[in-house]
Parts: sequence; C-alpha cells; structure tokens
Amino acid sequence: MTIRSDRDHGQRYRPRMSCLKKLEATVVQMQDPSTGVKGTDQKLNVTIIPHVITGQDIVAWITKNMNIDSDEAQAFGTMLVAFGYIYPLQDHKKLVLRPDGSLYRFQTPYFWPVQKWKAEDTDYAIYLAKRNIRKKGVLDAYEQEEYNKLHKWMNHKWDFIVMQAKEQYHAGKARQKADRVVFDCQERAYWIVHRPPPQTHSAMDYGLDRHIDPNAEEKKTYDYYRRIIIYTQQAVMRSRVKSSVSLGALAKYITTFKNHDPFLVPCLPSNPWQTDDDSYWELNTPDVEIPTKMRVERWSFSFYELLNDPRGRADFKIFLKKEFSGENLAFWEAAEELKWGTAASMSEKAEHIFKTFLAPGAPRWINIDGRTMGLTVKGLEHPHRYVLDAAQTHIFMLMKKDTFYRYLKSPVYKEMQKKAISPAPHNFSEAQLQQNMRNRRPSIDPIITWQKEQEEKAKAEAASGPKVRDRCMLKMLYLTSYVHMTAEQLVPIICIATSK
Amino acid sequence: MCDQTFLAITFGPCDNCSQNKPLMNIYLKNEPINYCSLCVELMACQGLAKGETIHTLKAESETLKTKLEEERAKLHDVELHQVAEKIEALGQFVMKTRRTLKGHGNKVLCVDWCRDKRRIVSSSQDGKVIVWDAYTTNKEHAVTMPCTWVMACAYAPSGCAVACGGLDNKCSVYPLSLDKNENLAAKKKSVAMHTNYLSSCSFTNSDMQILTSSGDGTCALWDVESGQLLQSFHGHSADVLSLNLAPSETGNTFVSGGCDKKANVWDMRSGQNVQSFETHESDINSVKYYPSGDAFATGSDDATCRLYDLRADREVAIYSKESIIFGASSVDFSLSGRLLFAGYNDYTINVWDVLKGTRVAILFGHENRVSTVRVSPDGTAFCSGSWDNTLRIWA
Repeated sequence: MTIRSDRDHGQRYRPRMSCLKKLEATVVQMQDPSTGVKGTDQKLNVTIIPHVITGQDIVAWITKNMNIDSDEAQAFGTMLVAFGYIYPLQDHKKLVLRPDGSLYRFQTPYFWPVQKWKAEDTDYAIYLAKRNIRKKGVLDAYEQEEYNKLHKWMNHKWDFIVMQAKEQYHAGKARQKADRVVFDCQERAYWIVHRPPPQTHSAMDYGLDRHIDPNAEEKKTYDYYRRIIIYTQQAVMRSRVKSSVSLGALAKYITTFKNHDPFLVPCLPSNPWQTDDDSYWELNTPDVEIPTKMRVERWSFSFYELLNDPRGRADFKIFLKKEFSGENLAFWEAAEELKWGTAASMSEKAEHIFKTFLAPGAPRWINIDGRTMGLTVKGLEHPHRYVLDAAQTHIFMLMKKDTFYRYLKSPVYKEMQKKAISPAPHNFSEAQLQQNMRNRRPSIDPIITWQKEQEEKAKAEAASGPKVRDRCMLKMLYLTSYVHMTAEQLVPIICIATSK
Repeated sequence: MCDQTFLAITFGPCDNCSQNKPLMNIYLKNEPINYCSLCVELMACQGLAKGETIHTLKAESETLKTKLEEERAKLHDVELHQVAEKIEALGQFVMKTRRTLKGHGNKVLCVDWCRDKRRIVSSSQDGKVIVWDAYTTNKEHAVTMPCTWVMACAYAPSGCAVACGGLDNKCSVYPLSLDKNENLAAKKKSVAMHTNYLSSCSFTNSDMQILTSSGDGTCALWDVESGQLLQSFHGHSADVLSLNLAPSETGNTFVSGGCDKKANVWDMRSGQNVQSFETHESDINSVKYYPSGDAFATGSDDATCRLYDLRADREVAIYSKESIIFGASSVDFSLSGRLLFAGYNDYTINVWDVLKGTRVAILFGHENRVSTVRVSPDGTAFCSGSWDNTLRIWA
C-alpha cells in the first residue's frame, strides 16, 4: 500500500538512488549501435517489434564489458530489469533477467525511473481508466482492486481522470499500430515496476524516509564551530600510533586466529551447519569436562580470550586457588557485575565489594597501590557504576602481565593441554548426511542453562565461606538464642566486635 | 590490544561546577581539563567573546582540522596492502545456504544470534519478532509488536530475553518463557524512549543495560530494570543508523554510523565523542568492530565498505568494485577478522579479504535486498536476512 507523498523516490534525501545514474550510464552504453547489444525484429501477432534483444546477449555483453562472471552479470542484469531499464516481452510480470532466449527491450528514457516525473496515483488511475476504456475486463484482479480503491479516493477528480484517459486513448488511436503496441508495452512495463503485482516487489521501494534531511545545510552558528573546535582539539591531543604498528597488529591477530576461523580452516570434527552433526557444539559447551585442544590453545592467545571462555576462566580459577590468589579475579568479576548491573543494586554491591576486598582487614583484600586505593575509597563515598574502574584496570593489568603468564607455564595449564582432546574429522557419506539431516537434535533452552548457571554460582558462593555480613548474622543468631537479648540490642556489640 | 594503562579521570568533581559527574577530557587553550557534559555544552554555547566573530571561530576550526590531518599524516607510514603482501592468499571458498528460514510475512529487517550459537531472533516490517532455533529451523517464540518496521532486535547475553524496537520510538525488552503458550507481550518492559524511530539496539555485557541508536540523531544507554537513561550521546547531525559495542577487555566504547556520513567512537562512561571519521560519500548503514577491537568496518550507500584503524586514527582500506554500484546495507567480520561479509541492495552478499582488499566470493540466493548480515558467535556460519521475507544461514 503506497502512502501518497511528494517525494521523488527519496532523491531529495541524499542520492540513495545514486545507483540509478550509474545504471543509466551502462544502459546508454548497451544501446550503442556499434558496441552495444545487438537487437533484432520480432514478429508479434501481425506487428513487428523492432530492437528486441535476448537475455543471453544481455548477459554476454555485461560479462564482457564489465569484466565480471556470468553469474554476477546475470544478477546485474536482473537489477536493470527490476528497475525498469529493460523490460521482458514474455512473462512481463516477473522482473528477472533470464540468461536464455527470452526476449527483452530497452525502455524508453521517458519511462526511466530516474526522471523527476513521479509515479503519482493520479497517473496510475488515468492509466487503468484508459485500459478500461479500450476494452472492458482487461484489467487483472489486483489492478481492478486498485482501480476501485482509487475511484473511491479520487472521487472528487474522477471526471478529470476519465477525461485525461479518453484524451490519451484517442491520441493513441491516432498512432501507427506498431508504435501503439510498442508504447503500450513500455507503459505496462513502467507500471509493473512502480505498482508491483501481488507477491512481487518494486525495486523502487527504498524503505523508510530519513527523519533528518542530510542534504539540508546545517546552520553554522558560533556554537557549531565551537563544538568542532572542542572536538578537534582533543582529537589532535590524542595519542596515535604508527600505521605500521597498528596494521601489523591487525595482521598478527588474523594470523593468530587463522586456524580457529571455521571459514578458513574446517572446525573439528565437523561444522554442524554443513554436516547436521552437532558434536562440535557438544564438545565445546561452556561447562564441558575435557575441552578440545583448539580451545585450550586459544586460551593462550590473550588474557581476554582466557577470561571470555567460561571453561578457561574456570581453569584459571583452579590455578589461582592453588596459588591462594583468587581475590584478584574475584574482585575483577565483582567489579564487572557492578559496572553492568542494574542501577538499583549499585550502592549495595559497592558496599559489599568494599567490605570484602578493599576495607583494611577485609577477608579478601586486594593489593593495589596507595593512589588507586585512595581514589577508589574516596569515590565509594558516592558510589556509581564506574567507581571501581581505576582499581579494576589496575588489577586486570596485574593479572594480565604477571599471573596470566605464570598460568601458561603452570602445571595446571600443561595438564589441561595434555588432557585436551583432538576430535578426528568426520567423514560422512552421502547417505549418512541425509540421515543426519533428518535427525537434527534440538538443544536445551538457554533459559534452563542460565538457571542452572545461577544455581551453580549461588552454591559456589555459599561454599566459599560466609562473608562479613553473614558472619555477623550468624553470630547474632547464636547470641540471641543463648544470651536472651534482642537483635537490636546486639547489633552495636557485634559490629564493634567484628570491625577490629 | 593496546597496553595503555593510564588513570584517566572519568568520574569526579567537574573542574567548572564541582559536581560529581561523568567527566569529558577536553582541552581549554591547550590545557587538559575535565568538564561534565553540561559544562561542555555551556562552553560551546557561550556568547562570542571580545574580538571573536563567526569568521574567527570558523578560521580556528579550519586550522585545527588541518592540524589534525597533519598529525594523522605524520604516522601514516605504510598501507594495508603492503602489510598484507607477507600474508598468504586465501583459497577458493564454497559457501552455501545451509538453512532457509521462512515464516516472516514481510521484509526481514534485523537479526541477532544468541550466545548458544544456534538460536536467532529476527524482526520484520510487519511488526513480528520471531525467535528461531536456526539449526532445526523451528520457531520457538513469536511476538507481535504494536508497531511496524521493527528495525532493531537484540538477544540478551543470558539468552532469557530479547529487545526490539522500531517506529514506536521505543526499545522494549521481552523476557522469554519456557511455556510456549505464554503471551510474551504481557511481560514486556518498555526501556528506551526516543523522539524518533529506533534504528539499532544492543545489550551490553549483561541483560541489565541496553544501548540504542535512533533516527533523532542520538544514541543512549539505558538501565533495563528502571528504564532510566544512564547516558546520552550527541554529535551526529542526522539519523544514526547503526551501532556496535567494542569487544575489547575494557569494553567502554562503542561506534555509531549515521546519515551524516560520519562514524563516531564514543566513551560510554562520559558520553564524549572521542574519535570521528568522515570519509564516506553517503549514509553509513552499518558499523562493526574488528574482532580485536582495534578497528571497525562500515557499509554505506555509496557502494563501498571501509576499514578504519582506531589506533592509527584513519581509514586504512576501501572495499569496492566497479561492478558493485548498490549500497551495502550490513557488514560483519568472520571470527579471525580475515573475511568481511557485506550484504548489498542488489540482492547479493560479497565476501571481502580484509587484508588484501579483494573480493573472494559473491553469494546469490536472495530475491530482494539483503538487509542484515550477522556471523554466529563461534564463527561457524553467518545469517543473512532479506526483504524477500526469508533468512538464510550460510556456511
């Protein structure tokens, strides 16, 4: 359903149809009498239609002149047909280019989509009315429907429309039969492009209009320039790196991950999408007992890769437990939770983190330099989402530069490398592949996986020992039952006792 | 990943108003200062001082721009294709459609993968948002939005919710349920509110925050639970069409692309625009970070895709061909970053060699514009959504 508007196909708003100008140039070239596509005359009933070209000639010309494959040439040709620069003579409602003997003609520039002449509803109404005058019942079902709709909408100017239709009909009758047939074909092709039949689409449909017209000149007031100055000043002062260094890093990343990219090197045992066998996913679940060799290798690429993989992080935790330095990672995880958590829970989380990791004498005290500690503690007076940023970065860098490398050299990691499995590649026969396709296995709903993960986390937290707050609670319960005091009377005593 | 450990003060007392707020690091007469966003705005809008006119300001901005170009040029010592010479060329690719997902009644506008590597959520023009298990091609959930043109959809990191929005100017979060008969619209949560259409949305590292971009020219960060606006990002002068969060370990930046031909990099904490690139000749439809987070690619209506290096602070590659004249609507990288998949308005998908700048494959199959292309989280396949109402999984 088209919404009436004055837009000329969005060309006012940035040349979103800039492709049309390039298509135009190609079409002009194709019609060159010496180097263009060769046309012939075709007999249609009693008339002869001139300049008819075949699909395969079009594809051949595009292949040769644009230096591309015939597949791409066919796709390009389909675009030409979809936009209405070339129209099919047979099966005129389907706007595709068939690379065989199907017949096509070049559309006259009058009907090219790039012209400023808008495909208005008024014009469409006149066209349908004209065809109705010529012969009753010649309109297709969808056209009849459109005609009725337009009749209702434009009732107020229907006399004008009928008059125009009659004029055009008489003007058409005055032409030669051959010309009339050609013109009718061209006009029909134009309207197929701009008012597509049901179940087809119009290439002129570009989607939604932009809200802000980017072609409109931005008002250059003084604040416009001031903003540019503020931005550019800080941009100039930013540190940047030599191209050779940064591009080298990009290339290095690609080389490092090359064997892990399923598009470059086939993943083992096989790509589930290709063979319909999901062993690859089964072997690489987040909580798998024994990971694959590739996965373990990936952990060594960077600390970020290790932390990002839940299995890798778990292995790292085992290593940290052996070293009795799990508080760094625990702090980092808690800080992440604070950063990405809901706004409502922030102050509570911040307090909890302070008591557990930062307060003097805290059970899991982290070792950061005085300056960072000072900044963080000060910031915690008014906790906000990024209050732990400095401390978190410090701890992360500490782990990345020191702990991570020790992990890679540790027996924990070396054990894992030895234990890791290397699945053999699948070699399915055609029949097996067919069977796989029939037996695709569904997987556990991610909601269930998530619920399980949360349960595991809660269990782990409970198992790692009660925290300060909980210790406080336990003491209170113990004392209320034996000392016959109320909780309120006990609170100040307990807090003094545990805050030493 | 860049090893810069610096203690940038991003929150604290503003040097101007002394209130505790997120701070932007800017320069006043070549001296670094930390102002909150309100004070920066006030600074920009303050009246002309003595001796200042629009022309002096314009001249000053021009000189600064030239200086920026000079600084960039000083470190421009090598081109990408020179670095790529040492890397071996890619072999032939055989990528086929492995699944075709039919079920949408109208143009598919957006797609996102779940972290379980096989589920996807897709949204279309008729307001339907469908969650599929792409591996078995089963539809698992379906939501009907109260608006049409749902241009943005995203899967939550936990896999328990989806977010979507479009012409309703809002971003809504729908918690998914194990009960297939439950009406998901009942538990819908309205999170973001813009003044124009929502073009793109993305969850951050958790289910609790959403980053959105809109046709009103702004991006915004929201708290899901309360619907509170945490930070807004102003700087685009036209519709913002796409955004992408940085995958880096510090995870504090994101890039956005808009109809003003600019791709801007933002600091999520302070709302400051830290880098900006304006080399495209037309609207930027899609932006995507390189897997390491040190570069990003863009797809635009000018029929080119470009690669921008963030550390070198410049455009380093243009992916274009004479025969490609239709705009690129969506781009994504393969897992290693070697391949760039780009969907175009001429119904095809072109696969580019990121380092060498050549096209390695062209994929046919869709019968209308390819509106969205996304690689799966483990890189085993990519999904393309098109205006022909279908989604295809390629591997």
